[in-house]
Amino acid sequence: MSRKITSHDPAAGFFRRLRNTLGPKGMPTDDRGRMRMVLDSMILHIHPAKVDVRTLRFSYTWGLGGLSALLVVMLMSTGVLLEMNYTPSPPQAYLDILNLRTNVWFGELIRNIHHWSANLLVVVSILHLLRVFFTGAYRPPRETNWIIGVVMLLLVLGANFTGYLLPWDQLAFWAITVGTSIVEYVPVVGSWLSNLLLGGPEVSANTLLNFYALHISIIPVSIVMLMSYHFWRVRKDGGLSVPKTTAELAAPEEETTRPERVTTIPHLVRVELIWAVTWIAVMLTVGMLVAAPLEGIANPDISPNPAKAPWYFMGLQELLLHFHPVIAAVLIPVLALGALALLPFYDISLGSVGVYFRSWRGRYLTLIATSLSLFVTPVWVLVDEFALHWTDWLPGWPTWISNGLLPLSLLLLGFYTLQAALRMIFKTNPEERILIGFTYLFVALIVLTIIGIFFRGEGMQLFWPWEIVPAH
Amino acid sequence: MTEINDTNITRRDFLKTAWSVIGGITALEAGALAIAYMQPRLAEGEFGGVLTIGAVEDFPPGSVTHITDGRFYLTRFEDGGFVAIYQRCTHLGCSVPWEQTENMFICPCHNSQFTSDGDVLNPPAPRPLDLFAVSIEEGIVKVDTGNLIVRDQFDPAHVAYAAQENE
Repeated sequence: MSRKITSHDPAAGFFRRLRNTLGPKGMPTDDRGRMRMVLDSMILHIHPAKVDVRTLRFSYTWGLGGLSALLVVMLMSTGVLLEMNYTPSPPQAYLDILNLRTNVWFGELIRNIHHWSANLLVVVSILHLLRVFFTGAYRPPRETNWIIGVVMLLLVLGANFTGYLLPWDQLAFWAITVGTSIVEYVPVVGSWLSNLLLGGPEVSANTLLNFYALHISIIPVSIVMLMSYHFWRVRKDGGLSVPKTTAELAAPEEETTRPERVTTIPHLVRVELIWAVTWIAVMLTVGMLVAAPLEGIANPDISPNPAKAPWYFMGLQELLLHFHPVIAAVLIPVLALGALALLPFYDISLGSVGVYFRSWRGRYLTLIATSLSLFVTPVWVLVDEFALHWTDWLPGWPTWISNGLLPLSLLLLGFYTLQAALRMIFKTNPEERILIGFTYLFVALIVLTIIGIFFRGEGMQLFWPWEIVPAH
Repeated sequence: MTEINDTNITRRDFLKTAWSVIGGITALEAGALAIAYMQPRLAEGEFGGVLTIGAVEDFPPGSVTHITDGRFYLTRFEDGGFVAIYQRCTHLGCSVPWEQTENMFICPCHNSQFTSDGDVLNPPAPRPLDLFAVSIEEGIVKVDTGNLIVRDQFDPAHVAYAAQENE
């Protein structure tokens, strides 16, 4: 007879019954007792009762998904506190931030933690995506979760971008101005979309209100709903992908013994707790030591020089310096995001799931693609900046061809030549070509972002980082 | 009667379809409502509405005046015509200051340059600066900042003139 613990237990007294509603008391010491505890527990219902012991290997997952979830929770709790000290209306918004820094108990700390957690979340989400890509974990049956993940990455960027405006300082105002101007270049519906987003022709009080509503309700609610679905799908898809060594890859059907499964409590939860506490401590320390930036109050008449978008869009802004806006801001991002989201539907080899970089060969190919991109991307930026003048050379042509499709086609041709050369030398298979292509393009994005952040100064000209005069 | 019985729509199918149609319409309505709520909310007399700028004589021919409240530059040509040039750069939206000494608009963000009537002298700006409609009523200059005039090149039709005295 299994004793089901409910709040309605006639044998218990009033207070015992009241506390029973919170859950069973005491930690059982045997596996069976622990299993029951997990099954009954409201807090732990997102985890299965037992997990494959191999998926607990930290150097396989690096705890990136868990860290993302922790950061979302931290952002929501600090965000609610900030919300109670903030008015989404200029100029009060800026004054409220000043007030937060000086007059609100721990206001500056809460703001700093919120700011740095938000930036870290962008980085960690991207690292999580890289981990899943390089271990091949997005392949069936996990393709749905991959798409959900890509959508959540976009939502995280959206949350970051809308939050960027809220302090209403010069940095916020002009980063959002430059960032939203990119929207106007969407063909046909661009200006309508930009008008809708901004609530007018330019960043204004209406924009602040729109962004505030998106930032505190629509985007976080969407993220929480998708997160729940993401977690549920991890279980439905049979837990995490299982790490494999390259030796195991060579002899796939060796596995006759059943995989060892251990109880989630304490084996998984212990690691998660340590990881969470560590990062809470890190974010607290960072929040105490490093102040979130705040410049003077927004002035719509004076653009700082240079005016830069938020750092995660600097790769895109760098592309805008090289291509016609329709190509740089619409065609390239849409193609890249489409290729990323649909990855599990054309990369369908299942053999190497769980092996970092597919195989030993894959590791070398990844290294080669990284080095090539690290070399080619900066060289291309320099050549395009100083030697290529498409619009001057082809004066009669529409600029979206002369400074858009034409150089893009040449770059794609170069990319194809590279793949063909590697195919000749290494006899690469389709899976390895996708690995090379992803690595090459991702590293290119990182290089462009770094150039945009650190090497662009006054008038968005190229400078050495130490020669750049701060924006004025 | 027989014709109706011949069709393959069962009661279940009909209800299913009906419910999905109703559900779809409801979703569209909710979406349209959300979009309607995000639309620009504009007021008369501020930026976004019609602004009264001043008397025609206040702006000498050949001058460029920054109207801060309206976010535009009022250019009066040598022939007396007016255009209101929106200060927002057509490249990425920075505010373009008028450089009197250079006699052109120079964008601080990406170095786009424009003439006093807003035409592009130097890219990356893809098109001339946008305009607001200027109207002159009884010698008073009014500018409608609610409607942007987007143009590919200078068009004399956009220039507003004061009514001639010999009417």
